[in-house]
Amino acid sequence: MSLDKEKIKHVAKLARISVDEAKVDSLTKDLNSIFKFIEQLNELNTEKVEPLTSILNQSLRSRKDEISDGKIREKILKNSPKENEEFFVVPKVVE
Amino acid sequence: MADITNQSLNEIIEKVKTKKISSTDLTKAYIKNIESAKKLNAFITTTFDQALEKAKQFDNKPNFNQLLPGIPLAVKDLFCTENIKTTAGSNILNNFIPSYESTVTKNLWSNGSFLLGKLNCDEFAMGSSNETSHYGNVINPVGDQLVPGGSSGGSSSALAADLTPATIGTDTGGSIRQPASFTGTVGLKPTYGLCSRWGIVAFASSLDQAGPMTKTIKDCAIMLESMSGFDEKDSTSINKKKEQYSKNLKDNIKGLKIGIPKEYRVDNMPKEIDELWEKGKKILKDLGAQLIDISLPHTKYALPTYYIVAPAEASSNLARYDGVRYGYRSKQGKDLIEMYEKTRSEGFGDEVKRRILIGTYVLSSGYYDAYYLKAQKVRQLIKKDFDDSFTKIDAILTPSTPSSAFKIGEKTSDPVSMYLNDIFTVPVNLAGIPALSLPAGVDEQGYPLGLQLIGKALDEQKILNIGYAIEKNCGFKNEIKKWWS
Amino acid sequence: MSKEKFNYFIKGDKGKYEVVIGLEVHAQVLSKSKLFSGSPTKFGAAPNNQVSLIDSAFPGMLPVINEECIKQAVRTGLGLNAKINNYSVFDRKNYFYADLPQGYQISQYKHPIVGEGKVLLDMPYGSKEIGIERLHLEQDAGKSIHDMDPSNTYVDLNRSGIALMEIVSKPDLRSPDEVNAYIKKLRSIMRYLGTCDGNMQEGSLRADVNVSVRKEGDKNFGTRCEIKNVNSIKFMQMAIEYEAARQVELIENGKEIDQETRLFDTKKNETRSMRSKEDAHDYRYFPDPDLLPLKLEQKLIDELKKSLPELPDKKKERFIKEYGLNAYEANVLVSEKEISDYYEEVAKLSDKKLAATWMMGDLFAMLNDKGLDISKSPISAKHFAELVQSIKSGEISGRIAKEVFEIMLETGDNPKKIIESKGLKQQSDPKKLEKMISEILSKNKDKVVQYKSGKDKLFGFFVGQVMKSSGGKANPQLTNEILKKLLKG
Repeated sequence: MSLDKEKIKHVAKLARISVDEAKVDSLTKDLNSIFKFIEQLNELNTEKVEPLTSILNQSLRSRKDEISDGKIREKILKNSPKENEEFFVVPKVVE
Repeated sequence: MADITNQSLNEIIEKVKTKKISSTDLTKAYIKNIESAKKLNAFITTTFDQALEKAKQFDNKPNFNQLLPGIPLAVKDLFCTENIKTTAGSNILNNFIPSYESTVTKNLWSNGSFLLGKLNCDEFAMGSSNETSHYGNVINPVGDQLVPGGSSGGSSSALAADLTPATIGTDTGGSIRQPASFTGTVGLKPTYGLCSRWGIVAFASSLDQAGPMTKTIKDCAIMLESMSGFDEKDSTSINKKKEQYSKNLKDNIKGLKIGIPKEYRVDNMPKEIDELWEKGKKILKDLGAQLIDISLPHTKYALPTYYIVAPAEASSNLARYDGVRYGYRSKQGKDLIEMYEKTRSEGFGDEVKRRILIGTYVLSSGYYDAYYLKAQKVRQLIKKDFDDSFTKIDAILTPSTPSSAFKIGEKTSDPVSMYLNDIFTVPVNLAGIPALSLPAGVDEQGYPLGLQLIGKALDEQKILNIGYAIEKNCGFKNEIKKWWS
Repeated sequence: MSKEKFNYFIKGDKGKYEVVIGLEVHAQVLSKSKLFSGSPTKFGAAPNNQVSLIDSAFPGMLPVINEECIKQAVRTGLGLNAKINNYSVFDRKNYFYADLPQGYQISQYKHPIVGEGKVLLDMPYGSKEIGIERLHLEQDAGKSIHDMDPSNTYVDLNRSGIALMEIVSKPDLRSPDEVNAYIKKLRSIMRYLGTCDGNMQEGSLRADVNVSVRKEGDKNFGTRCEIKNVNSIKFMQMAIEYEAARQVELIENGKEIDQETRLFDTKKNETRSMRSKEDAHDYRYFPDPDLLPLKLEQKLIDELKKSLPELPDKKKERFIKEYGLNAYEANVLVSEKEISDYYEEVAKLSDKKLAATWMMGDLFAMLNDKGLDISKSPISAKHFAELVQSIKSGEISGRIAKEVFEIMLETGDNPKKIIESKGLKQQSDPKKLEKMISEILSKNKDKVVQYKSGKDKLFGFFVGQVMKSSGGKANPQLTNEILKKLLKG
C-alpha cells in the first residue's frame, strides 16, 4: 500500500507534529520507501503465531501500597517552560 | 611518564590502586585530551570542575576496594544525570536539567567513578551515524571524514580518542555494537533486563538496554559488573544475583559449540567482512571450540520487524515531549493544540519525526493488525529461532556490521540504506539476548571491523570469555593517530 | 407490594421509543498510593503536591504497579460475581491532553483483569439483572483549570496516576431510574468491599453514559452517543432525558444520529458535541512495554474470595429470614453497610420489626433533614434500641416516642432518663384509665347518646378527650378497649 500526502497529514495531526508544506513531498517519498521495505513481512504466513507481548518470561512484579513519593512540587515545576509556583501553565484549552 | 590515557581501564585502575597516579592527575589528563579534541564534537556537556572536585575527594580519602576507584567517566547524553543538563541529542531537551540520576550511572558512581561529561548521540538514539544529533556530527577518530557509528557515536568516538577510559551507551538495534565496530572498540548489549532502564531517556522500551563500551574485553567485564543489577524501580528488571564478570573471565573455550548462522552471509557483503568472519571461525577452531552450522530462518525479517516495533514504541514514548512540563516550548501557538504541534515540529529533528510518524501510523486504527500485530508475531518467530538454536550451541559468531565506517553524508539521503547498517545487530534486540562486538581486524583502508558474539539470555560471562579468547589471538591493535589535536 | 409495570418511554409523534443505556463507571480505587507510583492519593492537597516524577512523566521514569490496587480490582470483580482473569495486560491509550503528562494513559484494553459479571437491581416492577461487560484498571488524569486566567489553562497533576476501576455495563439499562438504582447498587457493593469510597462530590465515582433510542419492540440498537464524565446521579438522569429526547427528535425529523462524544452542560442542562475529541478516537492502544503481563495466581484469588465481607444481596436474604423483614425493608436497610450495621445493633437489643419501621421512618427523616450519614448519627444505636424497646413494651406510645426522639436529639440523653424525668410514661393501668374514661363520659352525656344512636364517628372524639386529659400518655390500645366496653353498657 502507499501513503499519500493526506494520510501523512492525518497521521501528523494524530502525532501532534505540524508538517512543513515544503517538506511533504520528500517526507512522502521517504515514508513510502520505508513502508515498501517493511512490507517484506507480508511474505510470511503468521496466522497461527502468537504475538509476543513481552520477551521476559515472568509475571509483573508489584510493590507494596506505601506512600514513598510526592511533596516535591519545586522539583516537578523547576523545568517548566512557563514559570508558576503551583501549576503547570499552558495556552488556553478550547473545549 | 607515558600517556596514561591510551591504556586500558583495567591498567589504569591498577595504576590508581598502586598509587602510580592520583585520581586528580588522571582526570586532568583526560580534560587535556578533551579540550584538544573539540573537532571530534564528542561532548555535548563537560563537567570538569565537578570531576576535579570528586577526584580531589577521592585522593583525600581513597577507597581502593571499589571496582572503579577514582575513575572519571563520560557517558552518553541519554542517561539522566542529577543537576547536569541531559539532552538526548535533541533540541526539545536543550535546557532540561534532571533532578534525578539514572540507576545505571548511580551504580557507576557508587563503585568509585564520577562524571567527566555527557557524550553526543543521535537524537533520542535514533540513528546509525550520529548525524541526527541536534548538537552536530561526531567525527570518528579513525578518519576525519568518517562517522563514528550511532547512536552511541559520541561514546565510541570519545573512547577511541582517549577522551574517557571507558564509557556506556544504549543499544536499541545496534547502537552500542555498531559504533564499537566502527571505532575498533568493544561494545556489549546485555540481556534485556540486566541493566535498569530507570532514568534513561526511552527510545523503544522493549528493546532498549544500556551497556558498556570499552577498549578491551576485561574492561567490558569490569564495566558490566559495575553498571548492572536488579532495580525495583524498573518492572522489566531481572531479579538475580550479581555476577563477578571480571573475576570469572577466562580464555579457555575448549569444547564450546559455536553456531555459524548461514543467513548472516548476505548479498553484496564486502569480502573483507567475509574474511574477518573466517578469521574469527579459525581462531575459535584452533582454540578447541566446535563450529556448528545453524539456521536462523527469520533473520531477514528482523529489520522490517524492528522498523515497526521500535517506531511504534517511540511514537508513544516521545509523546511526553509536549512543551508542558519541561524542555523546549514553541513561542508560537495560540491554543494548546497549536502549541503542541509547533513545539514538537520545532523541537524534534527530521529522523525523529519520521519515526514518530511511522510509529503513529502502524498503531493507528485500521493498520494495527497489518503492521504492529504482524511485527509482534514475527518477533515471536525470531525469538524462537534463537531459542531453538541455543538448545544445540553455546554462542553464535557473526560479523557486527555489513561494512566498515562510512563517510559523513554518504547515507543520509536514503533512510533505508542507513537502516540496513543494523542488519546483523537488530535480531538480538528483538530476542532480548546479549551480544558483544569486538574488534578483530581492518579492511583495505585500515578501518576497524568487528565480530559479534551472541549468547543466550543471561549468558554474558560466556560471550565475554569467548571474546577474551578471540581478543588474545586475533592480533588486532587500534592504531589511531591523534590527527585532531 | 403490588408490582408496577415498567413504563419509561419517550413519546414521539410516530410512536414510543425505548431508551437504551450503558454505563462506563470510573471508580477511584481505595489505596494509600497511586497505581504506578508512591505518591499519596488523598483528596484536597495543595496543587501538584502529590506528584512524583513518574506521575509528571519525566524522561526515563518507569511505572511499578501497586499490589493493593490489583487486589482491590479482584475484590470488586468478585463482588460483581464476575470472572477474574488470571492473565491480563496493561496497554497504553495514546492521546494528547494538558493533564495527561505521558501522552498516554496506562489502561487495559484486550485483556482486562475482570471479565463478565452481573448486578441485581430491585425495581418497583421486580428484580432486574444488569450485565457487567468487564472491569479494568487504569490511571486517572490530572485536572485542567480553565477559569483562573483568561488566556491560560492551569494544570494540577495531583490526581494524575491515581488508580481507577472502569466498570463497563452491558447496554441493559432502560431508564434514568434504573441508572439511579444501578449506580447506587455498584456504590453500595464497593463500599461494602472497601474498594471505593463512592464519594461523588470528590470525583471518586464518575461515569460516561452511552445513550441510544429505538422504537418500542425493535430488536436492533440505535446509534449511540457517549456523554463524557458525568459526576452525579442527578446529572446522569438529566443528561439521559435530554439526550434521549434529542435523539428521538432527530429520528422523527428523518435525520441521522452521529456516533459522537458529547458533554453534559450542567448550567444549561443539555448535552453538546465535544469537538476537541473528534480526532482523539484513534487511541492507538498497544501493550505497555514498560510493564509485563499480569499473571494472577488462583491461590491469591481464592484467598481474596474467602476474605470478602457479606455483600448486600446475601445480607438482604439473611435480614428477611433472620429478622422477619419484608423485601422492601431489607433492601433499604442493606443499601449501605453502615445502615445495616446500625440496624443489626439496634435489632440485637430491641424488637426487630419495630426497629426497622422506626429506623426507616423517624431516624432516616432526621438524618436526611440534617444531611448526615448514619455513621454521624447524633443518636447512637444503643439509645435508639432503648427507644424502640420502650415503645414495644408499652412504656410509651408512638406519639410520645416522637417527642422523646426530639429530646434525645437535643440533649443526647438516653430515652429511659428522658421518659422518667419528664414523666412521659404511658398510662397503662386499666383501673386508673377506666376511672378517667368514666369521668369523661359522664361529662359528655349528650355525645354518648348521639353515639349510641348511631353516630359512630364520635368514637374518635372520645379518644381525643382521653388523650387530652392524660397528656397523651394513655395507652391507646387500652383506651380503645375500655371506651368500647363502657360505651356498650
